[in-house]
Amino acid sequence: MALKTPIYDSHVESGGKIVDFAGFMMPVSFEGIVAEHERVRTKVGLFDVSHMGEIEITGDSALEFADYAVTNSIAKLDDGQICYTVCCNEEGKILDDLLVYRFSASRILFVVNAVNVDKIYDHLLSIKKGDVEINNNSSITGQIAVQGPESRSLLIDSPFCASVAEKIKDLEYYHFLVFDYQGNEIILSRTGYTGELGYEIYLPWDLTDSIWNILLGKGKDLGAAPIGLGARDTLRFEPCYCLYGHEIDEETSPLEAGLSWVVKLKKGDFVGRGALVAEKEAKPARKLIGLQLEGRGIPRQGCNVLYDGEVVGKVTSGTFSPTLKKGLAMALVDRSLPKDASGLEIEIRGKLSPAVKVKMPFYQSHVND
Amino acid sequence: MVPEDCLYTEDHEWVYIEDEIATIGISEYAAGELGDIVYVELPDVGADVQQTDSIGTIEAVKTVAELFSPISGKVIEINDSLIDDPEIINRSPYEDGWFVKIEMNDKGELDNLLDFGKYQEFLGENH
Repeated sequence: MALKTPIYDSHVESGGKIVDFAGFMMPVSFEGIVAEHERVRTKVGLFDVSHMGEIEITGDSALEFADYAVTNSIAKLDDGQICYTVCCNEEGKILDDLLVYRFSASRILFVVNAVNVDKIYDHLLSIKKGDVEINNNSSITGQIAVQGPESRSLLIDSPFCASVAEKIKDLEYYHFLVFDYQGNEIILSRTGYTGELGYEIYLPWDLTDSIWNILLGKGKDLGAAPIGLGARDTLRFEPCYCLYGHEIDEETSPLEAGLSWVVKLKKGDFVGRGALVAEKEAKPARKLIGLQLEGRGIPRQGCNVLYDGEVVGKVTSGTFSPTLKKGLAMALVDRSLPKDASGLEIEIRGKLSPAVKVKMPFYQSHVND
Repeated sequence: MVPEDCLYTEDHEWVYIEDEIATIGISEYAAGELGDIVYVELPDVGADVQQTDSIGTIEAVKTVAELFSPISGKVIEINDSLIDDPEIINRSPYEDGWFVKIEMNDKGELDNLLDFGKYQEFLGENH
């Protein structure tokens, strides 16, 4: 039986088309993926991301433990700062990608993918060390993402954020605020996965629906509307953000997936470090590239990529790009594929279609606007 | 075409019969389920097709579907305007969004299709 987020009834009322995603009944689209996509690129959209997992680590060793559990450096963060990272297994393969919020050295929050909450929680318990308490708060924490060029105005004008309106104006990318709303702790971060200016709000499960409707009502004049998972995916695809189950999974290392920038091999020991040091030395087996078909059509996840008639890799994400109006793909291919390889082909439903390499990201993000 | 006058497959194609010519499209339900259609592939005019053959593809942003021929015969016309503006299918699935016209070999095959009422029942039971 699939779970409902606290906003489920509002989604149905708004005409959301509901699908089962990671065990939750989630809206995949409202007015249509392309229209929703364009709304976020040009105005502002609201995403229900309450299905995401929140795992809190507290105690005197919280910082040390967090740094042991993930590949990026948490010690280097300021309090109130966030980083994107991955959590690897001993083999240096990716268990999940996540955001790490540093409240203080003794309070750290991991925000993980819905499909991986239980896996990561169990994993963290299995590698637990030092004075830490690990709490899975996923079922009591709702989450709303407000994304798009008008997102800042929407929040500043909202009565919900009245007490921190000035602070929101100054909030930098990958930083967060904590504030009180009617006796509840609210976390507001300048983060998102769309490539636009945007914010994410963490709040108590039971408060989520009422805040959703306040933001939506207040934001109507700015063009705010609910956005489904379909556009969430095309929005993250264009700036080439990795998605678990596509570019990254337990068969893939961060060095292959273009995520070396979140792997700090010199920060001290962490789970998977040994394997990643060895992999870096030997050079990763694969690399992530961008592809575009020369003709029409749309490459999809799982399609073979061929060079000189030989299969050299697979498409990890492929879709029609609503902004660029063409079919594009990210693909994991053999490292040996030449940088200037021409004559590439993608096998789509048994047919070979000529393809060319294109630079990633496909869309230049506006997160610093 | 008036949806009530069409016959349907369980793959959500509609067929409108005029003399020996079958006009084929996809139902409003199918177009809605696929979402924004961004690309279609159509068969060649003159192609001989069999009932249930895949005769085209329909690419939406997030998914792809095949167009199966509801009947056997020869393709006599394709809707070229879908190539440059596939969204017509979302806007007008029963009129401007038709896909192909096929000269039928065997009208008996129509017995395998659902009438409008049966198709509605099918949607009610399965979707």
